[in-house]
Amino acid sequence: MAENTPELVPAEEQKKKRRGASRATARFARYAGKRTLALLVTVVIGVYLTVIIANMGGYVDELRISELTYAVNVALSSDPGFRVLPAAQKAQIRDDEMARRIEMLGLNRPFIVRSFEYLWDGLSLTLGRAQFMTSNAGSSEVKNIILERLPITVVLFVTANVLVFLVALLLALSLSRRYGSFFDRFIVAASPLSAAPPWFYGIFLIMIFASIFGILPYGGMIDAPPPQTTLAYVLSVMKHMILPLMAWFLSYLFISTFSWRTFFLIHASEDYVELAKAKGLSSKAIERRYILRPTLPTVITSFALTLIYAWQGAIITETVFSWPGLGQLYAVAIGQYETGVIVGLTVIFAYLLAITVFTLDIAYALIDPRVKLGARGGSQ
Amino acid sequence: MRNYPTIFASFIIIGILLGIAFYAMISIPFSEAALKWRGAEAMWEDTPRLAAPIWFNAFRSEKLSETINLTRADATITEEAVSETIREETWVFEYDFPFASLPTEIKTFFTVSAGEKAPMVTLTWVKPDGTSYKLTTMTAATGDRYSISADSKFSREQLGGEDVSTALYRTADSTEEDPVVLTGTYQLIASVYHFSPDSRIDIQFVNFGEVYGVAGTDHLRRDLTIGLLWGTPFALMFGLLGAVGSTSITFLIAAIGTWYGGFLDAAIQRICEVRLQLPTLPILIMLGTFYSRSIFLILGVIIALDIFSAGIKTYRAMFMQVKNLPYIEAARAYGASNMRIIVRYMIPKVAPVLIPNFVTLIPSFVFLEASLAVLNLGDPTAPTWGKILNDAYRNGALYRGYYYWVLEPAILLMFTGLAFSMLGFALDRIFNPRLRRV
Repeated sequence: MAENTPELVPAEEQKKKRRGASRATARFARYAGKRTLALLVTVVIGVYLTVIIANMGGYVDELRISELTYAVNVALSSDPGFRVLPAAQKAQIRDDEMARRIEMLGLNRPFIVRSFEYLWDGLSLTLGRAQFMTSNAGSSEVKNIILERLPITVVLFVTANVLVFLVALLLALSLSRRYGSFFDRFIVAASPLSAAPPWFYGIFLIMIFASIFGILPYGGMIDAPPPQTTLAYVLSVMKHMILPLMAWFLSYLFISTFSWRTFFLIHASEDYVELAKAKGLSSKAIERRYILRPTLPTVITSFALTLIYAWQGAIITETVFSWPGLGQLYAVAIGQYETGVIVGLTVIFAYLLAITVFTLDIAYALIDPRVKLGARGGSQ
Repeated sequence: MRNYPTIFASFIIIGILLGIAFYAMISIPFSEAALKWRGAEAMWEDTPRLAAPIWFNAFRSEKLSETINLTRADATITEEAVSETIREETWVFEYDFPFASLPTEIKTFFTVSAGEKAPMVTLTWVKPDGTSYKLTTMTAATGDRYSISADSKFSREQLGGEDVSTALYRTADSTEEDPVVLTGTYQLIASVYHFSPDSRIDIQFVNFGEVYGVAGTDHLRRDLTIGLLWGTPFALMFGLLGAVGSTSITFLIAAIGTWYGGFLDAAIQRICEVRLQLPTLPILIMLGTFYSRSIFLILGVIIALDIFSAGIKTYRAMFMQVKNLPYIEAARAYGASNMRIIVRYMIPKVAPVLIPNFVTLIPSFVFLEASLAVLNLGDPTAPTWGKILNDAYRNGALYRGYYYWVLEPAILLMFTGLAFSMLGFALDRIFNPRLRRV
């Protein structure tokens, strides 16, 4: 690793280095492209499965028909000539128009053909209108209802996961330095607490802090009525984030700290770390260069896995805290049997997982020299 | 064993849970439990709504009112003929009321088998200090109930609009706003006029308290004991079946993939990668919403989805090391079949690692069931802890202070989760010697 050799480099060397750098960039781009493609394929398979599951009971067909009925009704009722016709004739015209459109859209073709169309609809979130639900802005387009909630979920759960990740990592490093101490044993003893998911602790926290002491809100995202100034608004949102974050910490911090501490401890007994110690390097330097750097790819992978599970944990945690994000939308959509919204949310989660994996793949590539240098190693 | 006190503790908890599970299955047959749990209010007429567990009183100096349920056996009944056809029957319900809080409701239920004319009932209330009120006079038929505490006519005419329960139980010198409960022996006197010789009546008098039973009751007056007891076998079954089902199949597939290698291995790897990015919970939600909420279907789907989980990669790494060991080479040399090598030689070698993994997985399945219940996707026929928690949460138990309703299922869930995960952690240290040092 020639990363800190500040010597004068001859011009030719420099050129070679630059060529090497551009080759590395190309390799990196190819890697990123390959990963994107692989992830796209996964998303497509995921959404296709969703379509199949949803259509096993004919729900997607129903969705399309209801969308058609709506369109036909709107088109016909805006025609003044249609309005004055007798009822029987109106129904006749409406039925004919429906039959014509079903024929035109190929809804009478076999399912296997249509399923690919639905796949595209799912991927582009063209899921028509919700029957009862509307977005806060008043739209009943499924796409708008879902996209409006997306940032709200992302704000809470990205904050929660990144915070837990960083705190656990730092704690684990310091614990691995003095293992056997009281705090170390405490973390080991507390790690089975992670058997319970965040929403479970959420219920306890709401009980203690909202119901008994009344110092924090029961749930929701902002005070009602919403504060006028931006600062007050942000503070209000932060106040509402405290309990969900605490729940997240209770459920994930101990186990993450425990597993990384163990991992670092095992690594700290490697020969090269012993050698570094013998050389008299400071413990900071040992940690950074000899423990953290080689283990970082593994740490990143494990973070990715945590995130993947976390997105799904978010669904129930949001429901318990009435956090108005995707998860709560799920609960409402289940209650009202909003097929379009449920399918759309499943698709959004597939996308979220893919984006998470992609981001971490890239981070992995930036950190793991084997990927950067294009060496073929068992990086899986 | 001495080195691992947590194993001991978790064995005790698991033992208790198993005990509860067997007790539930033996004492209340499932069909009865399910019927009672679904029966809603029709089956739960004489239990109070939202009553706390009875042992709350052990920690209070001012005792909360208990439920008093009196029937024919508790009444003193006298009979006297008024004329040839008319008889007067007098029921006196006498009971002690030593509590410091008012009852939540006061009701009487009538079961009548009369000839042509229904009997006439007059109810009189006598307080310990001798004050008495004539409550009502009514003709009674089977299924009739008279709610004393909700009789607004009585309240208007004789109490000046005061709440009936308060007026009937407070001392004379306390006020309606700040009532002091008069303790002592109360009487409810029912005098019944029968108009035909074959006319018969049964009266049940219920004084609904603020505490009931070992576990309290919920918003539908159901005794939580049934749900909590029967939730135990469900939780254990869901956890065990889920963990055993998913880990063992995953393990087998990992072994097969590693042994055969090549295309099969690559295919398993790719499926696993696709699977990792499928949103499990959303898929379960779709299934629950669109098809069936049967606990067994959901469990089956969870196991099926879990087969190609991250575990496959971990096990594969272990099998890779085993695959090239000399004794496998020897087995191959004597002509053992592929399946024989996988099942008899590879799997037993790695299996110990499976045990802690599998124990640690149990809580996640138990909580998954609760999670689905909290999303309103619980099996409608099965009483489970998650469903009690969900009912409590949705009916504002946290806002309205019915903490027992939340805490009872939550503590059971917590104990189950902790017991299995503590056991798993301890087993992990035993089976993975690398961890024993740290």
